[in-house]
Amino acid sequence: MKIYQKFYDTDVGYSFFNSKVAIFSFVLFLIIAFCSLFAEFVSPYNPFDPLNVSLMDAFIPPVWSEGGDGRFILGTDQQGRDMLSTIIYGSRISLIVGFASIIFAMVFGVFLGVTAGYLGGKYETIVMRLTDVQLTIPSILMALLVDGIARAIISKSMHDEMAIYVLIFAIGISEWPQFARVTRASTLVEKNKEYVAASKIIGLSSIYIMFKHILPNILRPVLVIATIGLALAIIAESTLSFLGVGVPPTTPSLGTLIRFGNNFLFSGEWWITFFPAIFLIVLALSINLLGDWMRDALNPKLKKR
Amino acid sequence: MLNYFLKRLFQASLVMLIVAFVSFSLFNFVGDPVNNMVGQEASDERREEIRDKLGINDPIYVQFYNFVENIIQGNFGISYQLKRPVSELISERMPATLELVFVSAILAISVGVLLGVYTGIHRDSFLSKVILVLSLAGVSLPTFIIGIMLIYLFSVILGVLPSFGRGQVIDLGFWTTGFLTISGLKALILPSVTLSLFQMTYIIRLVRAEMMEILQTDYIKFAKARGIAENIINYRYALKNGLIPVITITGINIGTLIAFSIITETVFQWPGMGSLFINAVYFVDIPIMSAYMIMVAFIFVMINFIVDITYYFIDPRIRLKEEKE
Repeated sequence: MKIYQKFYDTDVGYSFFNSKVAIFSFVLFLIIAFCSLFAEFVSPYNPFDPLNVSLMDAFIPPVWSEGGDGRFILGTDQQGRDMLSTIIYGSRISLIVGFASIIFAMVFGVFLGVTAGYLGGKYETIVMRLTDVQLTIPSILMALLVDGIARAIISKSMHDEMAIYVLIFAIGISEWPQFARVTRASTLVEKNKEYVAASKIIGLSSIYIMFKHILPNILRPVLVIATIGLALAIIAESTLSFLGVGVPPTTPSLGTLIRFGNNFLFSGEWWITFFPAIFLIVLALSINLLGDWMRDALNPKLKKR
Repeated sequence: MLNYFLKRLFQASLVMLIVAFVSFSLFNFVGDPVNNMVGQEASDERREEIRDKLGINDPIYVQFYNFVENIIQGNFGISYQLKRPVSELISERMPATLELVFVSAILAISVGVLLGVYTGIHRDSFLSKVILVLSLAGVSLPTFIIGIMLIYLFSVILGVLPSFGRGQVIDLGFWTTGFLTISGLKALILPSVTLSLFQMTYIIRLVRAEMMEILQTDYIKFAKARGIAENIINYRYALKNGLIPVITITGINIGTLIAFSIITETVFQWPGMGSLFINAVYFVDIPIMSAYMIMVAFIFVMINFIVDITYYFIDPRIRLKEEKE
């Protein structure tokens, strides 16, 4: 209770507990994250264990519609896999790729942003030019191009194993400029403050000052961008997987599931596409709402009018 | 003026040169291009002959120069998978994509600006709130899901609109158009709505923010104090300045639409450049990939260049800043 009280007393905590949207979206996100983290225990079946799957069970509609089966609440797909289980397992892949790529983008972007802001000079000009150029290219296109180039470089047999790393790299590299831009701007403000001057006088190294003293002070906007970026990364992952250039079909993410299901839309098996799609929208929306609240709470200067 | 112009032109060519170099490296260092052209039974002498003919034995800078020269002449090589010249494939597919992007851009900008201005002026009306909530939901909706839902509603359940292809097209020799037939126009509806929705939500929010900011500036307050009618202030004084960012939006918008058309074209099996590109990525068809990369980069660079130049003429602040420097 003490920790709870402590959190409640901070301005961020106060704002959190007084925002219904924030609590709701956070709880929703936690539930999804929890389920996908413990997919083995939460989901009714392991859809990738051939023992659990029978082709006889293929194309069973959800339980509330005609022909539904009590064993499969959300119905089954073309291979007789339980939809609910594949969605839970699929969201795990989506979340892993989303988190990993946004962390990659964050580390890369923050490093370049802080060093550019602190060191200045030609280096800063080059980094900022680079972000300017990349920001004019839509990130999904960037990710597609990087993914395509990686596919060309990596041999076909290696590709399925590497696919998930390629995807993380492709999405991460398409999201970093936002981080670089914001951290550079904040570093420019921080570096003229007294504590930085004091650190310099006692002879601390530039690297120590940048990452031990300046970085903790500019983490708030980074956190906001990372949250909104997480939603974007998850959507990017599902888009690439939907296009067939994302994760391999043996480990389907939400996007892959939607891609498979799309083939059966016309024959009336709508649930194979719709449930993963709805799940993806709920996931993205909950993170977006959380990010929206965070932007207001963590960064009063950016408060929307 | 000339200084500004040249600086932009230099930046644009620099970006193009980098992109050209990336696709050049793709061509040259990924796999063996000779292997992609001859069968396994080709002799070593034959291979060496092709090497000489392709210029692979030349120094790198000569090869790069030849590569750029070829591109400028519109020669992008031959597709590995389809065994046809890439320039031919692209000029076949280009009209489909451009027509789709054109219709979507008009839809996104006209509806987006209209709703943005409305929500900016009537901030607290019920309709504004509905529009804003919908636009927030629109940001979380991936493009391909919008497409799938539209297909399910209008093609599967209602059965009123086609879900794939361009319908009947008329061949004008250099251009195939779907604008002239009823089935062609019908086929355009769902893809262009899908493609424009995401952009539309973005434009709504941007124009709204811009309008709200302008309505709080001094000159508007002054106009109010003079007792000028509300409508004249809103639509004559505020709107004029509110529309300046729309120029940038239009530029960025067209670029983004071309990028997102890859997704829309896949969902609707639209025979455009985007689906050509996705197939190329899928089959690692490097000539098509690099040609697409160069073309898209060129379009982006051109759009940015034009936007920058237009800004120079309509926004006096940029001109002043340049002259100071």
